[in-house]
Amino acid sequence: MKKTFSKKQKAPKKPLTIEQKITRRNFLSFGTFIVAGSVAYCGWKWLYNAPEETRTVTAGARAPLRRALNKTELAFRRIFSNNNLVKTYPKEMAAKTVRHNSDIGSEGKIDVDAWKLQVKKHTGEVLQISLDDIKALPKTDIVYDFKCVEGWDQISHWGGVKFSDFISHFKLDAETQLQYVGLATPDKEYYVGIDMPSAMHPQTLLAYEVNEMPLPPKHGAPLRLIIPVKYGIKNLKRIGTMSFSDTRPPDYWAEQGYDYYSGL
Amino acid sequence: MKVIKEKHPLVMRWTHWVNFPILAIMIWSGMLIYWANDEYKITLFGHTFFSFFPDWFYNALRIPHRLSEGMAFHFLFMWFFTLNGIFYVLYTIISGEWRELLPQKKSFKEAWLVLLHDLHIRKMAPPQNKYNAAQRIAYTAIIVMGIGSVITGLAIYKPVQFYYLTWLCGGYHFARILHFALTIGYVLFFVIHVVQVMLAGWNNFRSVISGFEVLNEDPKPVIEITPPPPSDEKNIQ
Repeated sequence: MKKTFSKKQKAPKKPLTIEQKITRRNFLSFGTFIVAGSVAYCGWKWLYNAPEETRTVTAGARAPLRRALNKTELAFRRIFSNNNLVKTYPKEMAAKTVRHNSDIGSEGKIDVDAWKLQVKKHTGEVLQISLDDIKALPKTDIVYDFKCVEGWDQISHWGGVKFSDFISHFKLDAETQLQYVGLATPDKEYYVGIDMPSAMHPQTLLAYEVNEMPLPPKHGAPLRLIIPVKYGIKNLKRIGTMSFSDTRPPDYWAEQGYDYYSGL
Repeated sequence: MKVIKEKHPLVMRWTHWVNFPILAIMIWSGMLIYWANDEYKITLFGHTFFSFFPDWFYNALRIPHRLSEGMAFHFLFMWFFTLNGIFYVLYTIISGEWRELLPQKKSFKEAWLVLLHDLHIRKMAPPQNKYNAAQRIAYTAIIVMGIGSVITGLAIYKPVQFYYLTWLCGGYHFARILHFALTIGYVLFFVIHVVQVMLAGWNNFRSVISGFEVLNEDPKPVIEITPPPPSDEKNIQ
């Protein structure tokens, strides 16, 4: 009976000649190189043309890049200590003309006497706080290197109330159990979301002075956020409302494709 | 007779080629970031010789309003750049490849001779192993530059959290200049590197993909053992 799967008697393999070895290794390595290169190229094409993220509190970035930004934020937040202080400088080093970049949400003059900060507690209660109420609290000054996301930086001098002092004075401690603070201009044109540890950072201020003078309109009169642990885009000018939540509040620049965290 | 001579181990080839697109993406996305505040110039005695960068360059990259995109790419590929670099350095240390790579005492003197040779001023190049003296210096420098980019990068990425790095880099502003200067350094390195590779020829280029070089060795003469000439002297016993 004939065996169907009879093993062919193979002739003992001849050792490859040098020429054959060279051809064989070139074929394998160049083949791998070309395949890997094509895969990398396709991967890049995919990433570069990936659809934009679904619009939530963030938008404008390609979906995989947004995921990467969020993961990177988590990776760094895990190793951070929130007690690292921003370097401060002597008053003399502060810029006399303080650079300002944008007027979104803070155009024109504002009637400071009529202005009230509306603080929305999670119970639904809304506090109406006047500038005098805030100025009555202990004042804190900071001279530090303000950093813009565009890449410029400038040492500037701000004065106001520590955010954490504000929280404890207005009995908002329960709100700090939530994860985020949302701030918006009175006209709701500009708004930012800040994670609670950054908001409660000892150098975060609700500032009403620049260079020891009341804030001019273009710097966010009557009250703005100075948060040295974030890029300038998070330093909201002319705060109108403050709210607290466990989900990320809307954020103007995160909707334009910027990192939500934007921490330093 | 042709002989296969092993040159670059697989890990070296892999990290080299992976680094190529990663670095390209880092430079490109870095440019998108730099655009947002393009203030660097080369100015001497009040005369601006060069401003980074000319308009045609910006037009070619279609740069305006892509800061957020640049940051998103930069902060994703920084991971791959760093991991690839760490992997490469660890490998060179563990495998002992660093012996072929680090400059030796004589390398700094010899590098001039290599340069003169490359410029066709001097006929003979000094003898070398895997890399010549100039290559040892250049390739070690580029690794140091890579480490420098990661450090200055972190210093401007998280100047509050990594304040000691920012301090080490001479402050936020200076760290940004260093980070930028290193990038210019990569571009210059790249230009020279590619020219040198083209001059070195196919065998050299192939070795960075397939790992070996093909050498033409003359067949070694068979050693003849000639009997010692008969001697008149008697053996001392």
